[in-house]
Amino acid sequence: MGNKVLMKGNEALAEAAIRAGCRHFFGYPITPQTEVSAYMAKKMPKIGGTFLQAESEVSAINMVYGAGGAGVRVMTSSSSPGISLKQEGISYIAGADVPCVIINIVRGGPGLGGIQPAQSDYFQATKGGGHGDYHLVVLAPSSIQEMVDLTADAFDIGDKYRCPVMIMGDGMLGQMMEPVEFKDTDVSDLPEKEWATSGTGMKRKKNIINSLFIEASELEDLVLERQQRYEQIEKNEVRYEAVDIEDADIILVAYGTTARIAKTAMAKAKEQGYKVGIIRPITLWPFPFEAFEKALAGGKKTFLTVEMSMGQMVEDVRLAVNGRGDVHFFGRTGGVVPTPKEILAKIVELGGAK
Amino acid sequence: MTYETIFAGFGGQGILFAGKVIAYAGMLEGKNVSHLPSYGPEMRGGTANCSVIVSDEDVASPIITEPTALVVMNAPSLDKFENAVVPGGKIFIDSALISRKCERDDADVFTIPATQMANDMGFPKLANMIMVGKLIKETEMFTWEQLEGAVTKLVPAAKAAMLESNLKALQAGYNY
Repeated sequence: MGNKVLMKGNEALAEAAIRAGCRHFFGYPITPQTEVSAYMAKKMPKIGGTFLQAESEVSAINMVYGAGGAGVRVMTSSSSPGISLKQEGISYIAGADVPCVIINIVRGGPGLGGIQPAQSDYFQATKGGGHGDYHLVVLAPSSIQEMVDLTADAFDIGDKYRCPVMIMGDGMLGQMMEPVEFKDTDVSDLPEKEWATSGTGMKRKKNIINSLFIEASELEDLVLERQQRYEQIEKNEVRYEAVDIEDADIILVAYGTTARIAKTAMAKAKEQGYKVGIIRPITLWPFPFEAFEKALAGGKKTFLTVEMSMGQMVEDVRLAVNGRGDVHFFGRTGGVVPTPKEILAKIVELGGAK
Repeated sequence: MTYETIFAGFGGQGILFAGKVIAYAGMLEGKNVSHLPSYGPEMRGGTANCSVIVSDEDVASPIITEPTALVVMNAPSLDKFENAVVPGGKIFIDSALISRKCERDDADVFTIPATQMANDMGFPKLANMIMVGKLIKETEMFTWEQLEGAVTKLVPAAKAAMLESNLKALQAGYNY
């Protein structure tokens, strides 16, 4: 069984961040992600890192901006209402090309909403959230092991493309325990960040971290340059899991916690004779359009998108399918988690009685 | 084989830890496991529960809607989960805290005065381990040696006295 340990999602991802070289964490507590902060508070002082509980989420994200600008690996973590507060800072960070990792352990909304798991922040995460032409890379784990693995990747992706990266989990992933294995990663020799405001040492011109550009043509050039990096991300970083999509009649589309439940429903539907496959986006942005191309190569298909929201990712599914198949939706919201039974009933409704 | 167990009771009874023991033992045996707690204000003195899956298969959904076993340590938990248990499932009731009878006649019901036994043994906080011992004995999810091994690894080495009382409580339940 290797070196597996039993850990809560929130704690596992905090440990993964530390192992990825994160030594600076700025946060503010909120259920259901508070264990991330608590873990960092316990560990950071012992390893020479910084843990700081800011006076608010707005302060925390701006501390992340500063630390990221200085070139260190930095993270913040919150849940839906707190992530809303961070949006201005996130837009500034994206506009200043500063890498950082932002965790959103999503809970029901809008407003203060509830504390139970939800996926109703998909639009906010993938379509902006803050203002301006920018993207977050959004990673959506569906197990604690994947949370750990993606946390390490998030720091690498952020550094490589100089962009903020979000890991979007939900209350269930944050709170549940599963066995995880931490891979040995060597972070002693990370590439130099030549753009960082880490001190000139009297050897180079000073660097400036800034997102204000009054001259329109200058701003346009910067946005276009960033757009090219986004295109590279779309080319290189798309991730998804696809199971039995080629010969399926009905393809489920779900991410995170919901994908696990959809897989249970898929197994039950197969027992009843339905040909069902699943596409599980792991990157929500960039969205895995190629999975849909593969699925549609075999002809017209029926897609059933399942979310813990009133239908957000389903809009990207429609864009991906682009009229070449039927797209249906099933969702629960407000912190209610769909059951395998409900999803199975929807499959039976779409597939006809067997 | 898949064991889906719900533990439920008051906050402070060690419900989440009882579930952790099972999940941990499963992990040590190379099984796929998940441990999903209730969280939020209900953890702080209200009702607490956790869902633990131990399986040879991948654990898809960590939510248990039809438990194969139910361990309850207060009356509201019996009310809440009694009807969810699969036919032929096993229900474990702390009869020191729950006076009413279980109404399921299609499930195996085991009553143990765990809280009373724990008090008598001088470990008032370890009724949860007595329930775990009984659960493992009746479901045969693990052998005694596997259970003992898991708890020994789970309790920090620095707390030897704590380990000893945990094992005694487990044994009391196992042999009840």
